[in-house]
Amino acid sequence: MSVRVGKTATAPAFPVAAKKAMQDDQLRRNVHHATSVIRGKRELRVAEMPDWQRLRDAGHAIKDHTLLYLDHYLEMFERNCERAGGKVHWARDADEANAIAIQLIQRYGGTEAGGIEAIKVKTMTSDEVQMNPALEAAGIHPYETDLADMIVQMGEDQPSHIVVPALHKNRHQIREIFIKKMELDSLGDQPADLADAARVYLREKFLRVKIGISGANYAIAETGAVCVVESEGNGRMCLTMPDVLITLIGIEKVIPTFRDLDTFLQLLPRSATGERMNPYNSLWTGVHPGDGPQAFHVILLDNGRTELLENERERETLDCIRCGACLNACPVYRETGGHAYGSIYSGPIGAILSPQLQSMEHSRSLPYASSLCGACYEVCPVKINIPETLIHLRGRVVRENQETFLGSIAPENLGMQLAAHLFTHPDEYEMAQSLAAIGQKPLMRGDLIGPLPGLLGGWTKFRDLAPIPSQSFRDWWKSREKQQHKEAR
Amino acid sequence: MRIALFVACYNDTLFPRTGIAVTSVLERLGHTVEFPMQQTCCGQMHYNTGYHNEALPLLRQFVETFRHAEAVCVPSASCVAMMREHYELMAQKENDEILLADVRALLPRIYEFSELLVDCLGLEDVGAYFPYKVTYHPSCHSLRMLHVADKPLRLLRKVKGLELIELANREQCCGFGGTFAVKNPDVSAAMLKEKTTAVEGTGASICAALDNSCLMQIWGGLHREGSPIRTMHLAEILAETEATQ
Repeated sequence: MSVRVGKTATAPAFPVAAKKAMQDDQLRRNVHHATSVIRGKRELRVAEMPDWQRLRDAGHAIKDHTLLYLDHYLEMFERNCERAGGKVHWARDADEANAIAIQLIQRYGGTEAGGIEAIKVKTMTSDEVQMNPALEAAGIHPYETDLADMIVQMGEDQPSHIVVPALHKNRHQIREIFIKKMELDSLGDQPADLADAARVYLREKFLRVKIGISGANYAIAETGAVCVVESEGNGRMCLTMPDVLITLIGIEKVIPTFRDLDTFLQLLPRSATGERMNPYNSLWTGVHPGDGPQAFHVILLDNGRTELLENERERETLDCIRCGACLNACPVYRETGGHAYGSIYSGPIGAILSPQLQSMEHSRSLPYASSLCGACYEVCPVKINIPETLIHLRGRVVRENQETFLGSIAPENLGMQLAAHLFTHPDEYEMAQSLAAIGQKPLMRGDLIGPLPGLLGGWTKFRDLAPIPSQSFRDWWKSREKQQHKEAR
Repeated sequence: MRIALFVACYNDTLFPRTGIAVTSVLERLGHTVEFPMQQTCCGQMHYNTGYHNEALPLLRQFVETFRHAEAVCVPSASCVAMMREHYELMAQKENDEILLADVRALLPRIYEFSELLVDCLGLEDVGAYFPYKVTYHPSCHSLRMLHVADKPLRLLRKVKGLELIELANREQCCGFGGTFAVKNPDVSAAMLKEKTTAVEGTGASICAALDNSCLMQIWGGLHREGSPIRTMHLAEILAETEATQ
């Protein structure tokens, strides 16, 4: 199977990558600061909505319904999009999506000396299919125009957050990247200085480059329209200035009607950036002579999504509207940042989405990258039960492990089997309790348990552990009963 | 009232003082406590780690042990969360109609300790006396799965002599998460560090919670840092009276 979600195939397991990421104090400070600012804004904007819980239910219901009848709505979208002058392409996987994009760009761009250029508005889906490396390999230069994506691209880096891809960088680091890549002699490090530099750099691209590539937040089946929401206006430039617009959309982004936008345009900005409304909400339907791009192509991407439709628990993952609220709420994400997840989709949603899109091949550690604290579920604007899905996926990992010889004799599996046996045989369980209280003596260092070997070593490395008391509760209960019995006689 | 105690396997083995405290509080309030000896574990460790087949017999054993109880008291929010969130689903998946009916009949009689006192027995003042500064960590399962809200705080506020101090960022996970602490020790330790820093910042001498699992983690971190702050289950504080002080 091809790699489906970013660079996960070569990524180390989460605990290993997390340990490395956590050694970067600057990164951790940046992530902590940025997530707490966004969380604060989100809380404020959610609190002023008296019907927030009902909106969440509505969002969930629309998504549920759409996914149940996905084929119907996708075909409806295709019909209406093409009626308005667009052209719809279907891509089974990343390679097909990139091949379609490259073919289109070459068709419209011809063979320019020095290669063809394209400008891009922020799109996670193009990161998912690794479009930029594919374009470059075909001699096409893609320019990211979303400020954060531009920083990531210039820094030869990977996005670390769904909404704020450069969240792990502070402005001093960004200044360094700009000076180097824009070949500037000097540059201040105030937000306005950085924004000015980016504006000058990007304006030249907007005015010159003739091909635009975008993602989309919503594809509306009823009208064939496509919607992008953003904060900077760079997206709007990419959507309106070029002659040709190519839009890549995951098939789960379709919504039935124009009215459904009402729900999502309230849920998304509040959850994502703590804004009442996105500063720019762009909708376009097909092509219009003399106004905007004159050729409009939509690539509808599957890339593993239809495999999730069958199972109710797994299907719910496709409800995601990519707001990133679960990342900001997640204590694990806040300690490690996004790169530790080894996938373009990080945080709690990445921990369930990536393993499913990859049939668990490359990311079996991700369902365990959570303490199941439930903070992600609490903030999810479309009520995806992420903890429950994590547990479901853990079940799959365990069952697949148990089917292999090495997995069946692994210490964790043996320990769990033993524990399950003892828990269903109370007499043996009681005996094991007393044996453990005696057996721990060689492990004792003073009043505490010393460093433990194997699986449990991670505990004693960072925390003290008190020994098992000599009398269990049931021992205490039995001796009390005996005493009461004696007194009664 | 006859109240059956499900003490939870790790309380039974590692924190017997919590079960003793629950017994003491309930008997002091005039209730009869029973401890069915067949009980062991609710199955949460297995279930949450992905050992779903292995958790099912534990569910059956729990139901068998407590099916006739008038009320079941559980001094562990995470075990109650396991029962409420997963038992019905597990029985449904097994297509076991009898088990499903038993689970549905039993679940409404299962109470987390603070729920039992406040919701079932209608109490806030249980006559406790504990003249110390206490801070309270709301464990994730008590907060987001059981929604116990401010019940534990209402109980603590009625304890004579007790000074309750607010914990900063109190709703943030302590980093325990069952096998998470073992599988992701570095991340867990970083989350713990934030929690212990907040606990130490309160100036309290005791940190209380409804889950000894979280408290084992928090104590482990505090003690490693040389902090004298102790951890106590809510039941242990409520068991204290002027006579015991």
